[in-house]
Amino acid sequence: MRETLWTLLALMSHWRRHPVNLATLILGLAIATALWSGVQALNAQARKSYDSAAAIFSGGGLQNLVAARGGLFTQELFVKLRRAGAKVSPALEGTARVGEKNIRLIGVEPVTLPRALTLVPLRETKEATNILTGEGRSFASAQTLRDLSLSEGARPKTQRGFILPPLVAIEKAPPGAIIVDIGVAQKTLDKPQRLSRLIVSGETRIDAATLAEVTGDALRVEEPDEANDLSRLTDSFHLNLTAFGLLAFLVGFFIVNASFGLAFEQRLPMVRTLRALGVSARALVASLVCELLVFTLVAGGIGVIGGYLIAAALLPDVAASLEGLYGAQLSGRLTLDARWWLSGLAMAGAGALLAAGSGLSKTLRLPVLSVARPIAWREAHHSYLRRQAALAALSLVAAALAYRAADGLVTGFLVIAFALLGAALLLPVALAVLLRIGESLARGPLVRWFFADGRQEIAGLSLALMALLLALATNIGVGGMVEGFRRTFTGWLDARLVAEIYYEAATPADAREIEEWTRGQRNIAAILPVWRAKTRLDDWPVDIVGMTPHETYSAHFPLLEGGDDAWRALHEEDAALISEQLARRLKVRLGDALDIPAPGENWRAKIVGVFPDYGNPKGQLRVDHERLARRFADASGVHYSLRVAPAAVAQVMAEMQTRFGPKIARIVDQAEVKKVSTDIFERTFTVTAALNTLTLIVSAIALFASLLTLSNLRLAQIAPVWAVGVTRRRLAGLELLRILLFSAGAALLAVPLGIFMTWGLVAIVNVAAFGWRLPMHVFPEQWAQVFVVALVTALVAAIAPATRLARSAPTDLLKVFANER
Amino acid sequence: MNAPSVLSSAAFVDAKPPAPLLRVVNLRKSYATPQGPLPVLRGVNLALEAGATLALMGESGCGKSTLLHLVGVLDHADGGEILLDSVDIARLSENARAALRRETIGVIFQQFNLIASLTVAENLAFQARLAGRLDPQWQEELTRRLGLKTLVSRYPEQLSGGQQQRVAVGRALAVRPKLLLADEPTGNLDEAAGDAMLALTLQLVEETGCAFLMVTHSARLAARLQRRVRLATGALTPS
Repeated sequence: MRETLWTLLALMSHWRRHPVNLATLILGLAIATALWSGVQALNAQARKSYDSAAAIFSGGGLQNLVAARGGLFTQELFVKLRRAGAKVSPALEGTARVGEKNIRLIGVEPVTLPRALTLVPLRETKEATNILTGEGRSFASAQTLRDLSLSEGARPKTQRGFILPPLVAIEKAPPGAIIVDIGVAQKTLDKPQRLSRLIVSGETRIDAATLAEVTGDALRVEEPDEANDLSRLTDSFHLNLTAFGLLAFLVGFFIVNASFGLAFEQRLPMVRTLRALGVSARALVASLVCELLVFTLVAGGIGVIGGYLIAAALLPDVAASLEGLYGAQLSGRLTLDARWWLSGLAMAGAGALLAAGSGLSKTLRLPVLSVARPIAWREAHHSYLRRQAALAALSLVAAALAYRAADGLVTGFLVIAFALLGAALLLPVALAVLLRIGESLARGPLVRWFFADGRQEIAGLSLALMALLLALATNIGVGGMVEGFRRTFTGWLDARLVAEIYYEAATPADAREIEEWTRGQRNIAAILPVWRAKTRLDDWPVDIVGMTPHETYSAHFPLLEGGDDAWRALHEEDAALISEQLARRLKVRLGDALDIPAPGENWRAKIVGVFPDYGNPKGQLRVDHERLARRFADASGVHYSLRVAPAAVAQVMAEMQTRFGPKIARIVDQAEVKKVSTDIFERTFTVTAALNTLTLIVSAIALFASLLTLSNLRLAQIAPVWAVGVTRRRLAGLELLRILLFSAGAALLAVPLGIFMTWGLVAIVNVAAFGWRLPMHVFPEQWAQVFVVALVTALVAAIAPATRLARSAPTDLLKVFANER
Repeated sequence: MNAPSVLSSAAFVDAKPPAPLLRVVNLRKSYATPQGPLPVLRGVNLALEAGATLALMGESGCGKSTLLHLVGVLDHADGGEILLDSVDIARLSENARAALRRETIGVIFQQFNLIASLTVAENLAFQARLAGRLDPQWQEELTRRLGLKTLVSRYPEQLSGGQQQRVAVGRALAVRPKLLLADEPTGNLDEAAGDAMLALTLQLVEETGCAFLMVTHSARLAARLQRRVRLATGALTPS
């Protein structure tokens, strides 16, 4: 114990004399932990919100009964089940617009609500009475009230003009939801006598056979442990976020690895002395492990706090993306439990242990005197390069094998990960080979020394350069994907949003009235109703959209596959266009027949086209609107597009709003729809851009940390050259030039690696995650930018050590000869 | 004092009573080279009594430091025995060897081998602290006798070579070792500094009563010790 304690104190005294090195090590570990735990915090917060939203009906392990084919069902089924003795409670969900926000409106019947649910206040007799009598009550979380800029007692008004009962804040309400009496919900959502689910009380359980006896095939049982749709739909989004967080952690891990490696190098003489003075190998390793623990606690603690701050900063963009893409509502306030904090610390500890592991094992294995001889370490480095080359080859082979097996998101990431790892491992080997070639071609002695010394320097810089390579490649890869997506998305939006005005009527009756008016307007060239219904295919939610035959679609609607005959077949036969992601999911192709679940009997439709549907997590089918109306009596017919002369758009919109007021639930022009869509797109990739930038900063710190730590060790290599007549300034300039060349080498390798990454993301990951495939784009101007970024990063990282060398006193260099070890 | 008769590879010197603190018996050591094993020590025998001083001399590369490292349990022999207080230390476990280096043996290296990030005071006390035998009074006296009082808060890089070597001597003696080993301790010092340092070391050795084995190539310095032996072609001969 005493031996370990004094050894630990001696080891840690090294950091007292090298505080900057300590700071970079702590910073590296802290940043890596912060980026990882920040992403995990975002994911955890999202899942908490999804679970909270789902648990409102299935908390406590309750069964739910839902429409077998999705959508709503008649209240009569509830009555039938109650008469048959089933203890069920009705509920209706829908979306209402309050101010500028979409709110999930949930209608429940408090009297029959099962006790197991978390909506406890609604069970209290007083509140149950209040919700049913007088003005009634609306319940929402405090966060939702803040988001709506409303206070308790306020009566929110929907865009359709319905005024909800006074608000009461309750703790357990999910984010973005208002809970009201079911009658109020039915009126507000204009769904009279309609329900979205029946909650089965915990005292009874219903099986499929019993249900079929009473309700036929109208309903199905949804077990409490079925993953809710939202959680499933957003899985890919969160997995992508996690992958990015992991990449950022790895880059930060490289800093830590480099710092620990160089610290071992610097402390070699001390380790030799400690062993010579009688410190056993076991005590030495125990001390090193204790030192690691201290770093883990300090850096991990800072990192976890940093992760919380990063998550809090990115939460609004993530929440906006999730709302825009999936309709998910996230609580705006970050709340995390102890498990998240502990997992962040554990990650920091694992990273530190992995980083220090090789040094620890080297220390254990080498005999006392060999620790003293630098040649032993140098030989170890040569075999390290050979091992690295072998590992690089193995990684690239693994990438190829993963590609052959690639059938999902995880294997897609593995392909990219192995390729990145292989290229990173190859970098120092490639640089060493190039330097050897340079040395053999060099003429002057200083130039030869420049290359030979560079090979020596590679050893200490390899990890930092690998980190830089990964960061640059990620910039190119992800940047290429995002830019390609942006261009494709913009073109696709232009093709999809051809109509000049889009509106939604409050009710079907209002829709008919407005439609009749629009037919009489000279400025309106075409009226295109858009019917909508819901179903499920392969247990996946699918929207069915009915289209009218019009050249707006046949001339503009983008199809990935489909002959000239597609539009004719769509309107004259039982045919459908299918979205790309749904086609992949169902593994169907052009010409296949699809059995679409519909009320009554299934609708068999032939697939006549496949269309891109970027950003939609659900499946979509496009059919003829009349055929849709015949099959789905419930189909919503309140959405319309209008073709209007561009100059008349504002006038037509103003006139409609004035004339019909609340009968129009929403009305927007093409420009606004495009703007909203583009905003969602941009916000989605804001998180990516932020993580990209942070990763690059982390790699710059890695390079800086390595150079600073190396600068002391480098004196022994530089001093003899200075002694024979090369000025310090020239030597510093050569150091700077060497680092710039190394970074340029990393940037050059980053280009093909980044292109590969773009391809991997576009062709494998995005397809597996979202179901759609983007065209592959490359952007040479981005490569030039990345090249400049690499050089600037190197310059920023190397300028301080180089300046220090240029200004070092002759005595510093002379000491190398006086006390050479 | 006359030097005793030389050690031969076949016979031991009769130890004057009391029994020798250190006995090396038929010690062998080779190094692996691409051309095959290179024998450095070919059956070395040596005895050293408590309180005695012995100079080990020889040409560069003859194996003097190797012998010292083996006696200091810093390296492993290929064969033979090293008996310290009648215990064969060549066969001890790794932990026992470390404990021996900590508590019983003091080593002064040619390159000083101070811990760069500890101050002079911390370096001086380090081995004694490791061994759990820090004696503040003895520490204080060593500091004073070695002329380090005004330097205690400096770091090794701020000292001259002679000053650093004095710290190394102080560190080794602070633990009051039974056996003090020195590998060319004056190799990096000028003649005057080396003489002064050796004189001081011998004084302190006498006071502590430890045995002192010093490797040197200087006949002048070796003459200051009680006995001298020469290592050549892997064996000891009288000097």
